[in-house]
Amino acid sequence: MVRPTDSTVSAPARVASGAGFCLLLLLAWALASADGVLPETVLPGPAATARAAWQLITEQDFVYDVAITVTRVVGGVLLGALLAVPLGVAMGASSWLAALLQDFFRASQYPAAAALVPLLVLWLGVGELQKLAVIFLGAFLQLVPRVADALRGTRRELVDAARMLGVGAGGASGGVLGSVLLPAAAPVIANSLRSVLAWSWGLAIVAELVGSMRGIGHMIGAAQAQGASGPIVAGIAAIGLVRFVSDELFRLLNRQLFPWTTGETAWPRRGLMVPHA
Amino acid sequence: MSPHRSRVVFGELSRVTVEAVAKSYPGRIESTPFPALLPTSLELVENDFVTLLGPSGCGKTTLLRIIAGLEEPDTGRVLLDGVPVTGPGVECGMVLQDDSLFPWLTVSENVGFGLRQRGVAGSAARETVNRYIREVGLRGFEDRYPIQLPDGVRQRVALARALANDPKILLLDEPFGALDHQTRSLMQELLLSIWEHHRKTVLLVTHDIDEAIIMANRCIVLTARPGRIKTQMSIDLPYPRSYVLKTSGRFSDYKAQLTEETRPDTIRTAQLPLA
Repeated sequence: MVRPTDSTVSAPARVASGAGFCLLLLLAWALASADGVLPETVLPGPAATARAAWQLITEQDFVYDVAITVTRVVGGVLLGALLAVPLGVAMGASSWLAALLQDFFRASQYPAAAALVPLLVLWLGVGELQKLAVIFLGAFLQLVPRVADALRGTRRELVDAARMLGVGAGGASGGVLGSVLLPAAAPVIANSLRSVLAWSWGLAIVAELVGSMRGIGHMIGAAQAQGASGPIVAGIAAIGLVRFVSDELFRLLNRQLFPWTTGETAWPRRGLMVPHA
Repeated sequence: MSPHRSRVVFGELSRVTVEAVAKSYPGRIESTPFPALLPTSLELVENDFVTLLGPSGCGKTTLLRIIAGLEEPDTGRVLLDGVPVTGPGVECGMVLQDDSLFPWLTVSENVGFGLRQRGVAGSAARETVNRYIREVGLRGFEDRYPIQLPDGVRQRVALARALANDPKILLLDEPFGALDHQTRSLMQELLLSIWEHHRKTVLLVTHDIDEAIIMANRCIVLTARPGRIKTQMSIDLPYPRSYVLKTSGRFSDYKAQLTEETRPDTIRTAQLPLA
């Protein structure tokens, strides 16, 4: 089936032109920052950025900063998931619980989570607890409705078929929830976790910019204060690399766990340009 | 709705009695409830193959779901061998219209689902599962996931899954609607041979007149919404029936009759406002 969005460009041509464009940008960047076209503080060239990155790693313990930020993101999301998944499942399975809570969770999607950071600074200071709390809160509010929707979105035919086959009659495996809703929703929940993990990075960087002793965001903030744009670009690249690797690993894991979902129903088709949808 | 039927002797229920069953649904556009099914009574005896024929929205699916125990009627009741239906259960095997296979289970695991629910395990279960997989012609597909199955094959798995619990009553809701004409024909022959082989009582909902005639010994015609029984027609064609029957004279006579019976309601349905 040829979709309107299917490319009319052949695969080799796509790869070549895509890579070629990126190289072109790189070249333009190098030219724009060469020999006084633009001041070093606005845009250092690729070579200067590479040097800055090397310096960060060897002299300023940048690997530790990366590790700190990763820990905060992963830790916060994990804590958030620990609470959010059971609550989301409960909401998915219970109509009255959903009726009670869904308006709140829906409303909570609208304010920008990053704006919570200063509030949490006032409440908890700028320590590690505050960082984890920010990520935890953001991830929790994102995950609960997604998990609940995953369960409530289960096709009615599956529930009907299960009931006709004896589920819910005090039978072996936990009723409709355990036999149908959870297995059907599992890959959607896994994908939501991947997505929220990716999303939480933005929140983490903001939290580290606002107040932090270590971390990628802290490093970027400090570099800005010194007028050094090289480390900033290096930091951006580092974030991109870590997110890319973790996202791909997560996708791989999900594909292993759910071999039955190579279709579009449980597994949203990956957009060409938006990886964390 | 209690899913547990008491005093049921498993595997022997084969008589279905529907007593004045009616159902209304809350309106979607206006909030006044609209009747989907007017009080309807019918009876199926052992080894009946009855088709329910009617235009879209005439309440035939509603009626089937009430018989299955998936929905409660507003009035009336359904009896299986004299015992009132209070909820769904494996006494009735059901094949739904849309794809209802569990995507996270293989073909074997899908077919064995009902058995596992009842605690049947081990080699007995495996043997039963394999037997029905063979019977619907899916040997070799046991370890595939539904997503790996071609479209025409999925309903066969659904059929095997319903049959594996050896229900005496089979309820099918336009099971072959999504299939192409030739595949549908083959599936009808499969269903017929299963019916003949196992002596089940079958109620099949369809909007296709050919389908309503070819397998059935009786066809019940429903009116347009709100549905009620318009007529019941005995189909006196000899068994076993082959596909060549579809082009025979007697078949054509039945077809002509049913076309006349259903045409006014089909036209009415096309003109009805949305509920």
